[in-house]
Amino acid sequence: MRIAKFGYLAVAATLLAAASACGGGDGGDGGGSTDAGAAKTLTYWASNQGPSVEADKQILQPELDKFEKQTGIKVNVEVVPWADLLNRILAATTSGKGPDVVNIGNTWSASLQATGAFVPFDDTLLTGLGGKQRFLGPSLAATGAAGKPPVGVPIYGMTYGLFYNKKLFKEAGIDQPPATWDELIADGKKLTKGKQWGLAVEGASVSENSHHAFIFSQQHGGELFDAGGKPQFDSAQNVAGIKQYLDLMAVHKIVNPSNAEYGNGTEAVQDFVNGKAAMLMWQSIASNIKASGMTEDEYGLAPIPLPDASSGGKQVNGMVAGINMSVFNYTKNKDGALKFVKFMTSPEEQKTLNKTYGSLPTVTDAYDDPAFQTPTIKAFQQILASTAAPLPQVPEESQFETLVGTAMNQLWADAASGKPITDESVKAKLTQANQQVQPGS
Amino acid sequence: MVARTTPHHDERRGAAPPEGGPRPPGAGLTSRVAARLPLRLRRLGLPYLLILPAILLELLIHVIPMLVGAGMSFLRLTQFFIRNWSAAPFVGLSNYQVAVDIDSAVGAALLHSFIVTVCFTALAVGLSWLFGTAAAVLMQGSFRGRGLLRTLFLVPYALPVYAGVITWSFMFQRDTGLVNHVLVDQLHLLGERPFWLIGGNSFAAVVVVCVWRSWPFAFLILMAGLQNIDKDLYEASAIDGAGWWRQLRSITMPMLRPVNQVLVLVLFLWTFNDFNTPYVLFGKAAPQQADLISVHIYQSSFITWNFGSGSAMSVLLLLFLLLVTAVYLVTTSRRKSNA
Repeated sequence: MRIAKFGYLAVAATLLAAASACGGGDGGDGGGSTDAGAAKTLTYWASNQGPSVEADKQILQPELDKFEKQTGIKVNVEVVPWADLLNRILAATTSGKGPDVVNIGNTWSASLQATGAFVPFDDTLLTGLGGKQRFLGPSLAATGAAGKPPVGVPIYGMTYGLFYNKKLFKEAGIDQPPATWDELIADGKKLTKGKQWGLAVEGASVSENSHHAFIFSQQHGGELFDAGGKPQFDSAQNVAGIKQYLDLMAVHKIVNPSNAEYGNGTEAVQDFVNGKAAMLMWQSIASNIKASGMTEDEYGLAPIPLPDASSGGKQVNGMVAGINMSVFNYTKNKDGALKFVKFMTSPEEQKTLNKTYGSLPTVTDAYDDPAFQTPTIKAFQQILASTAAPLPQVPEESQFETLVGTAMNQLWADAASGKPITDESVKAKLTQANQQVQPGS
Repeated sequence: MVARTTPHHDERRGAAPPEGGPRPPGAGLTSRVAARLPLRLRRLGLPYLLILPAILLELLIHVIPMLVGAGMSFLRLTQFFIRNWSAAPFVGLSNYQVAVDIDSAVGAALLHSFIVTVCFTALAVGLSWLFGTAAAVLMQGSFRGRGLLRTLFLVPYALPVYAGVITWSFMFQRDTGLVNHVLVDQLHLLGERPFWLIGGNSFAAVVVVCVWRSWPFAFLILMAGLQNIDKDLYEASAIDGAGWWRQLRSITMPMLRPVNQVLVLVLFLWTFNDFNTPYVLFGKAAPQQADLISVHIYQSSFITWNFGSGSAMSVLLLLFLLLVTAVYLVTTSRRKSNA
């Protein structure tokens, strides 16, 4: 009898375990999507903008408290590291469980738009935020495919610039930052001596590689996707653009070959702030600069050189980088979520947060703050407003970043080990990347 | 035994009610059925009942996700459909066609990755086994410090994978890594600092890390296997004049055969499927020369957001591993029965 009882007990326990395993996902992370108190709470996944996840939490919490005071809505924030963010968003999209509000890297906009998981910001919603004209044009353009309502609104703006170390420039007898590519190479050669190099790059970083591929391709008049949305990574212009970037190491030798294995997004910046490299093409490095003890007048920011006007290339030297804020359309508290988006795009919050992160406000009415009148911010602002272009807003954009970025990892490895980088070798890799694109629709 | 006696007792009581007692018509049949059913269940069903929890969990954790994954491989599951899988178009075998078409870029890359993984697995399993066997045999006799050495050897196996492999990735860095510091700065074996994490040497790097991680397991298992070999065999053979080498060939290795049969299979499966080591060592984009298949499939599905194609590749990998396992088990068992 005892054993029979034990058997029944085992069955009961198993069913219980199975039931709880199946139902396990209901409560957990979907704080915003649970029913009780849905109108009073929101879950927010923030991207990692500051020096660390923990630091970001401390930066955001006072602002979220302010929001709760104003509206009575409590926001539970989780800061998600960049390496996990896209996968977490994909998981939330697939399961319909996750945050109400999320930060997305703006280059993912069109790819994520295609999932249909986000609330489209049509004209009515945008009017609620103060209207389209309030936002910086380039940043708003990087929120989804042209002709479709944006899937989010920009909250932090960024672009690329050329950081240079004033002390090292002075030591090498150079008084101003390079304005053309020839000057950059000549300066780079003067600055390369001993353990010091002219320029630092992040050769094993897929995203850095793909961003530079885009900028350099634009400078050669290239397009990554044709008018019909078909990839053409291996066009002559794109090959020339990417080769020009690789030649900084392969031919001109102003980049340390070791940079080919830099891939975590911090090593090139470290080389720059430690004086191991005199120049760096990067987005905002405000928090790293602060941590290193470098002061504002020890480094300068200039635009990345533009191509010769006669060359047929586009006058582009930056990409429209930045962070957008999107609302998942499974949210049970859409009103609250939209209120939160309005709060985060208000002039006060735009000033406070962008000041802390060293990024650019995405609304025009935040620029009266003196914090955005520093030379660095003004230079970035100028680039973003005039010579930055958004990455192609097509659903296959994320595939471009992965495939071309990875192909370039291998090309940097070749350059670092002294293999010749030729038009043919670059084209072969890009053709291979091109063929691996899997059409989305 | 207990399980059998109790029902018997019940059976007697249920089947033969006390004679002469008042009995409503038909009640005998019902009570007999009622009493027999649990008895039968108990007798035949109990073992099944006891493994039921394991089966349910196995279904839940392994079988169902695997079937879902196999089902996904017949869909074009891109970002347009991940929110509603049922809307993803059924494409039959086309994901498989792309994966096995070695003339296309996707198929060629998969084949390349497969070949790299086969070479990697052969080397890593071979070396792990060799080191494990050598260490286990050499440490069989007792000597001072044997316990300490055994513990030390097991450290890589006990360390969390991430911690161990990330340390290796620091050691393999070109400018600041320990490996180059020793090879170039101290031993002056090489003139120029080589790269380990990119280019051709990355294959060697990933083999080294994998062997470092898995040889202690081989050592542990073989050490346990050696304990089971009867000491009399060695003594008898020594009397017959067999030396150390002869004993190793004629006693130790044959006696370890059943252990080795399982060990090599397990090492093969783990190594072929290993995701953590290359992923932590190289990140999402592995160098081409060390493009191991598990990371390659991850890359194909997660990063290009084509989950159907990734699933098809996973199913192909599963079929390959099943085939190898089946052939291996059949040949090794046949050899054993012939012996």
